Amino acid sequence: MRFARIAAVLALAAALPASAQTLRIGLAEDPDLLDPSTARTFVGRIVFASLCDKLMDLDENLKIVPMLATSWEWSADGKALTMKLRPNVLFHDGEKLDAAAVKYSIERHKTIAGSNRKGELAPVASVDVIDPLTVRLNLTGPFAPLTAVLTDRAGMIVSPKAAQALGEKFNTKPVCAGPFRFVERVAQDRIVVERFKDYWNKGAIHFDKVTYLPIVDATVRLANLKSGQLDFIERMAPSDVPGLKDDRRFKITKAVEMGYQGITINISGNEVAQKSPLKDARVREALELSLDRDAIVQVAQDGEGLVGNQWVSPKNPWYTKSMPPPKRNIERAKALLKEAGVTNPSFTLMAGTTSDAQRVAQIVQAMAKDAGFDVKIQATEFAVALKLADQNQFDAFVLAWSGRPDPDTNLYQFIFCKQPQNNAGYCNPQVDALLNQERVTIDPAQRAKLFEQIAGHTLKDRPILYLFHRHWIQAYSSKLSGLKPVPDALVRLQGLKFN
Amino acid sequence: MGRFLLHRLAAIIPTLFLVSMLIFGLQQLLPGDPALALAGEDRDESLVQHLRAKFHLDDPIPVRYGYWIKDVLRGDLGESVRIQKPVTELILEKLPVTIELAVLAMLFALSIGITAGIVSAVFKDTAFDYVANVFALWGLSTPNFWLGILLILLFSVKLGWLPASGYVSPFEDLRANLASMVMPAFVLGNAFAAVLMRHTRSAMLQVLTADYVRTARAKGLDERVVILRHALRNALVPVITLGALEFGTLLSGAVLTEQVFSIPGFGKLIVDAVFNRDYAVVQGVVLFTATVYVTLNLLADLAYFAVNPRMRG
Amino acid sequence: MAAIAIAAGAEPREASPAERALKRLVKRRGAIFGLAMVVFFVILAVAAPWIAPYDPIATSWSLVRKAPSAQHWFGTDEIGRDVLSRVIWGARASLLAGVVSVCISLAIGVPIGLAAGYLGRWTDMAISRVTDAMLACPFLILAIALAAFLGPSLTNAMIAIGIAATPAFIRLTRAQVLSVKVEDYVEAARAVGNSHLRIVLRHIFPNVMAPLIVQATLAIAAAVIAEASLSFLGLGQQPPAPSWGSMLNTAKNYVENAPWMAVWPGLSIFLLVLSFNLLGDGLRDALDPRHG
Repeated sequence: MRFARIAAVLALAAALPASAQTLRIGLAEDPDLLDPSTARTFVGRIVFASLCDKLMDLDENLKIVPMLATSWEWSADGKALTMKLRPNVLFHDGEKLDAAAVKYSIERHKTIAGSNRKGELAPVASVDVIDPLTVRLNLTGPFAPLTAVLTDRAGMIVSPKAAQALGEKFNTKPVCAGPFRFVERVAQDRIVVERFKDYWNKGAIHFDKVTYLPIVDATVRLANLKSGQLDFIERMAPSDVPGLKDDRRFKITKAVEMGYQGITINISGNEVAQKSPLKDARVREALELSLDRDAIVQVAQDGEGLVGNQWVSPKNPWYTKSMPPPKRNIERAKALLKEAGVTNPSFTLMAGTTSDAQRVAQIVQAMAKDAGFDVKIQATEFAVALKLADQNQFDAFVLAWSGRPDPDTNLYQFIFCKQPQNNAGYCNPQVDALLNQERVTIDPAQRAKLFEQIAGHTLKDRPILYLFHRHWIQAYSSKLSGLKPVPDALVRLQGLKFN
Repeated sequence: MGRFLLHRLAAIIPTLFLVSMLIFGLQQLLPGDPALALAGEDRDESLVQHLRAKFHLDDPIPVRYGYWIKDVLRGDLGESVRIQKPVTELILEKLPVTIELAVLAMLFALSIGITAGIVSAVFKDTAFDYVANVFALWGLSTPNFWLGILLILLFSVKLGWLPASGYVSPFEDLRANLASMVMPAFVLGNAFAAVLMRHTRSAMLQVLTADYVRTARAKGLDERVVILRHALRNALVPVITLGALEFGTLLSGAVLTEQVFSIPGFGKLIVDAVFNRDYAVVQGVVLFTATVYVTLNLLADLAYFAVNPRMRG
Repeated sequence: MAAIAIAAGAEPREASPAERALKRLVKRRGAIFGLAMVVFFVILAVAAPWIAPYDPIATSWSLVRKAPSAQHWFGTDEIGRDVLSRVIWGARASLLAGVVSVCISLAIGVPIGLAAGYLGRWTDMAISRVTDAMLACPFLILAIALAAFLGPSLTNAMIAIGIAATPAFIRLTRAQVLSVKVEDYVEAARAVGNSHLRIVLRHIFPNVMAPLIVQATLAIAAAVIAEASLSFLGLGQQPPAPSWGSMLNTAKNYVENAPWMAVWPGLSIFLLVLSFNLLGDGLRDALDPRHG
């Protein structure tokens, strides 16, 4: 009897919303440092979307649009980018956001200890303040991906006063010019931000407070949404979509990710690669032909994904349409293996211990078996896998890349010879030359042609087998409206509101 | 008594010292490159180098141990690499959460376990005894992460009575706090209740046949008074001291319970840190729990000693 | 154990202590049920290739997460494998993990415990300090760290659990030796000039075995849970080979739309652990009549 009453009270407590104007967002992971310079995780970017405005932003079609910079212009030689800044923008501490602050932030990204932005901003040689609202980035050479880089953390401008005062501790109380200001953070529990009254675009903001709650388990995250503990969840499990689709209390938004899911193959020619049958390009082709990408997406993602074969998805403007994904062809795969003189090739497929990676690995294993492949799965902890990958100590590796808006940033560091993330150990001078050329080509049409040529090489050499692109699935209360589904899967709060 | 206490205290220091070496060695020998694990998806090269230098990753392990233990002795447990927060601060932040969970679990376990223990001892070989024993076996044999999953499925997903996870500070909203703690405390307390029930039962059985209980009964005292006043009081001492010794088990259980219910406590802190190779956190937290454990052990020994002076070393 | 000798003396009919222990064991229905279940799981594990209706790793893209049916009694999993077959094959991993890790604990813990208890002095001091240190770290955390250190695999999980559970055996053996070593027959053996090794093996070890057997049986139960826990965290048996813990690890992602994936492996763990607990309890009562 008493227990029943307690249960009733608890049920009531659970049903009450915390506050009408607080938005509660469930994150799939706990973010790392909340400092745009040192931040490293994807999930952190979701929180930054409320804290720190960027020089530029992305729209639903991956077009780069103004944010803190109202307009920009490349110099004729492509070696300088001049940006006009939005007037009357204030930081959370009341300081003015001007050209000097932009110069400070970019330089801070490039210099502070532990910065994760050094590589992205490497082509920026210096920053000139032309007038209080005009700033120019001088580059060592033309660098087409730069504007895309500025739509991410490298383009976030921090308050110089606060950054100087807090130094290394800036991440404990970040001060930027976003719509919300930092209130508190309890590690692994929550991050709270509140409305910034002097935000330059305050008309678009409809919440007093936003609370980010990291909840790793997708089922639990969803249960919290359903019970009303959360208003919004990111990265919903694909298998949960059918259960929620017909529930009118909730809405689901999907966007094809900017990154990819694939298999990196060790073709570095080192000892390990020498022993692997995959050193032969025909065997790699046979492996690809043994895979049924549609079935992979169907099984691994419950159909929530897009089949692909390139570093950008087929829906991306930079996709090379003339080279679609090959269909499964076991006969041809067997013939290729015969040609290569290996009828029963055996290799080890390294995969993380997460169930996503394991699922892909097991599906690949089962499919490749039909062509005669003997695939051994080696489940490897994340930290170990990265090290082995870095030292090229693997045959093949199930890899996911969360993606960046510019195609170059999905490609360059993975296939340019000797780049740190070139785990395949791929070195093709022609591809390297094309990559160098693509980076300095500002004109999109010309650049697309270069990417097509690159695809011509890499889809044949197969250092990476691109398999599919996941849907980012976000679910939220039907009371919310105004969400823009941008493929970078950040939760933009501008325009979002309770009905 | 004084000598015994001194002897015990003296033994704590080498024990903790060994714990520090054990956990440090184990941590640092873990495969994989922590700098890479921490550098995130972009793996900016200068960042990797910065991390290597900062954590002396290129020094031999004994040297690294020297750096660490020097700081520890000054009361500095280092800093989490992932979120750049001092480990002591993290511990203080997480401690109340796990303590609340542990206390609630303990309360649950004590009330259920001791009651069931008394009932089954008093009504030995009856249906009550049988039911209590089945309950104890159930508690000991259920993997608590599975129980957690099933409870979430039932009470959160199907019935929607309780929040599936998360933690609300009791100072913010006591009701919400208790709502979020009911299932985890039950899951964690479940196994513990079983252990307590068994201890209580055998202690009670022993006491019930003791002379003074027989004397009390012979004097014609009410059976309830005999059991509650005379028998239980004596039976509880060993039960409660054993409770202190089970603290480690409780913490092990908290690791998975917190993982399943996403409760930001100690257990989750450690597991996440192991997988993220956040060395300072793992080392600091384990050293801290070991200290607590050893201290509780000492207290339990003292209690035993106070009750039964014949017990020595 | 002295208790057995005394009890034997009190009985009117001459019967060996082991015989009488067996008799007491048989009288306990719970223990017999436990034993029967353990035997059942052992048969399941050994005969898995013949009993299991399907290949436990055969996938089927058209049978992804299908609810239990006449063809698939326990349903199918996230890549279309038969859950029943996987549960049957999974008994191998769990039994193996339980038994092997406890054997590791025994193999390391008992000799060390004998040495500590028998030799005493600084050997005992040193061993006890290390044991205390290991016991001061929560068991599962120690096992997680060890398993992460060794790398995720069933073998390594068994080693990790075995090592993490060792201190309990050292402590138990030591305590038993301490109580046995002052017994008259040990003193007598020493007086007639037996070697230390002979005294330990002939006179002490047989008398500390009973509580070790009980503890080992209960430790198997704990080890089965520990293996499931490690697999649940991704540090145990590796796919596609089935293990109940890793099945649960995957199943937790689908609790809502495929609960059968979580129910059966969990239930199996529960039953196996329960069986060992029942058996251990029965053994304890049988070997130590003072108890319960």
